Amino acid sequence: MNIASFAPLAVVLPILGAALTFVLIRHSRAQRTVSIALLSLTLALECLLLASVWEGGTAAVNIGGWLPPWGIVMVVDQFSSLMLVVSSAVSLAVLVYATGQGMADGDQDAPVSIFHPTYLILVAGVSNAFLSGDLFNLYVGFEILLTASYVLMTLGGTGPRIRAGVTYVVVSVVSSVLFLISIAMVYGATGTVNMADLALKLADLDPGTKTLLHVMLLVAFGIKAAVFPLSFWLPDSYPTAPAPVTAVFAGLLTKVGVYAMVRTETLLFPGDSLNTPLMVAALLTMLVGILGALAQNDIKRLLSFTLVSHIGYMVFGLAMSSVAGLGAAVFYVAHHITIQTSLFLVTGLIERRGGSSSVDRLAGLAKLSPLLALLFFIPAMNLAGIPPFSGFLGKVGLMQAGIELGTPLAYGLVIGGVLTSLLTLLAVARVWNRAFWRKPSDAEHPDPVLLAPRETSDTGRRGGRNNVTLLPRTMVGSTLGLVLLGVSLTVFAGPLFKVSDQAARDMLDRSSYIQAVLGEETAVPLILTSGGGK
Amino acid sequence: MSVNLTLLAVMGALYACGIYLILERSLTRVLLGLMLLANATNLLILATGGYAGLAPFYAKDTPAQDYNDPLPQALILTSIVISFAVTAFMLGIIYRTWVLAKQDEIQDDLEDLRVAETPSFDAEDDAEIPMETSEFPLTMLGSDGRSVSDHGTASDHTPAGGGEETAGGTVQAGDTKIAAEDAAAEEQPGSQNVTPGPEGGVK
Repeated sequence: MNIASFAPLAVVLPILGAALTFVLIRHSRAQRTVSIALLSLTLALECLLLASVWEGGTAAVNIGGWLPPWGIVMVVDQFSSLMLVVSSAVSLAVLVYATGQGMADGDQDAPVSIFHPTYLILVAGVSNAFLSGDLFNLYVGFEILLTASYVLMTLGGTGPRIRAGVTYVVVSVVSSVLFLISIAMVYGATGTVNMADLALKLADLDPGTKTLLHVMLLVAFGIKAAVFPLSFWLPDSYPTAPAPVTAVFAGLLTKVGVYAMVRTETLLFPGDSLNTPLMVAALLTMLVGILGALAQNDIKRLLSFTLVSHIGYMVFGLAMSSVAGLGAAVFYVAHHITIQTSLFLVTGLIERRGGSSSVDRLAGLAKLSPLLALLFFIPAMNLAGIPPFSGFLGKVGLMQAGIELGTPLAYGLVIGGVLTSLLTLLAVARVWNRAFWRKPSDAEHPDPVLLAPRETSDTGRRGGRNNVTLLPRTMVGSTLGLVLLGVSLTVFAGPLFKVSDQAARDMLDRSSYIQAVLGEETAVPLILTSGGGK
Repeated sequence: MSVNLTLLAVMGALYACGIYLILERSLTRVLLGLMLLANATNLLILATGGYAGLAPFYAKDTPAQDYNDPLPQALILTSIVISFAVTAFMLGIIYRTWVLAKQDEIQDDLEDLRVAETPSFDAEDDAEIPMETSEFPLTMLGSDGRSVSDHGTASDHTPAGGGEETAGGTVQAGDTKIAAEDAAAEEQPGSQNVTPGPEGGVK
């Protein structure tokens, strides 16, 4: 019995955890233990999955014994298992952070008892989307994670969260409806929703129909992935949610959209029919996103804009449809999930320590809390792509692939990528200068807590907020763990690049995926690409 | 057997009404629009099943071509359940909006409006470097002799008391003397990025 046949447990375990934590809703300590234990178990299982896929190649699991293309199938290949491992590691860190926050604050700010089941369902939805080998099951995975995210987004039901939540829910529902319409059209055109089967049958369609289906799917996923011009909703809705929720949304939800786009481009509609529009969208996403970030004072909003902007890098890598480009994009997704989440977690800590997340009110944090400064500095430099961090390596990979491709548009994207990287550095350096380096008396509206004399240590209770632990150990510890994970992506960039290149090669080749689902003897037609598909 | 034209026409009407309704500002109408869109999509999925036919596997001797395709109906069932959950959640949110704000309308994002209204000039970043560049500057005058915070922001300013927050909410250093007093601080008090009011930045 292969370990890969346990892949559905990556979905089942979090759902089981959600059920258990619901039963234990009155016992917060038991709830915490159960959710952390089950998520750790899921992470361990996914590490085993990654190892087994690395050894034995792509594997498919037929749910309920129904043979494909009729039954639901879950596929574990290198890309999906890598995404599973990274996403679960990040969600575990955020869960520890959130429990730390809940323990420190009690139930005043947010009903933490609801948080655990919802959070686990979100993780289950993300895993389901990554594992799904079936277009409709992918839709169900999206809906599971979106419904959980609606609840998390409006946790506590305060005015700003409800306001942002309405926009978020409506935009998400519209994108889901678009996705469902595309599924209906795909089914009407081919008579199947199994992705491996579709990969074979879509090739026979009339080019016009094919382009229509392709565009419909990309638009639906583009809203979820926040690709310009479909990214308008993200900076509006993410920053109002509680810090751990924003962190996990920023890390995972848009990446699920990117994952679905990658599958669409490589498996369902191979070739380069829509690469030019995708590249233009990638360029605009990068530039418009980062210019938006420069205008922000609130760190959470600034980070939301950088999140949008850096989605552009992934789309750029995807749009090149070469092994080098796609491999770099896979690497970049793994890097960005970790880095963006840790930055949002640090921002949560900054908000606790400094009393605000607006750079107008923050000052002098480097002196107040050197550890916090270090925790912000490392991922911020990593995001901006300063050598030797993984952000730099991922960007260099993308640039190399772009220059290898050698079209004028690719050169334009390389230049745009470098520019975006510099502007990201400017944006985070502004935050650094204002929040960490200047004197509290220089701030426009300094928070009283910053001006108060230093009486106690970071973990103590003080000043205007004497009932709040400013920096609880659990929260700092989990953030530190995630920052270290980000640094380890730099240290182990060689093996990671090997995995992502192999994943890209498998995805572009398609045969391992299709044969794992439909049987070894299935003939996979070669794909004709005009450039870069070596 | 033929494609059911009535269903297709109903689907089109539902889509049209749904799209019209989600463009409204009233949340209840948006919700109704989303429900119509979901149901129109269900009809679309039903239409992809092809011609109407017999129930599959009901009688042993039904020939395969007379079956109706059961898969779209299974898909519709799933999508009905999902849209039911989302509708219930939306109703909860709308009720909460009503409790909090006593209105059934989408509210604007204040921080977004603030960024939109911020002039491109930033007193801290864009000011001309003062002539005096010694470590202890006596003045923060621009090269043309005016206070740095006056550049580029003249359109939304009327000269008022120096260094105070006016009723309109803009902070400004009125005449040149104020700037000189504050010159020891590296910040100009007139940064245009400041959200008015005692709360400062929006949380």
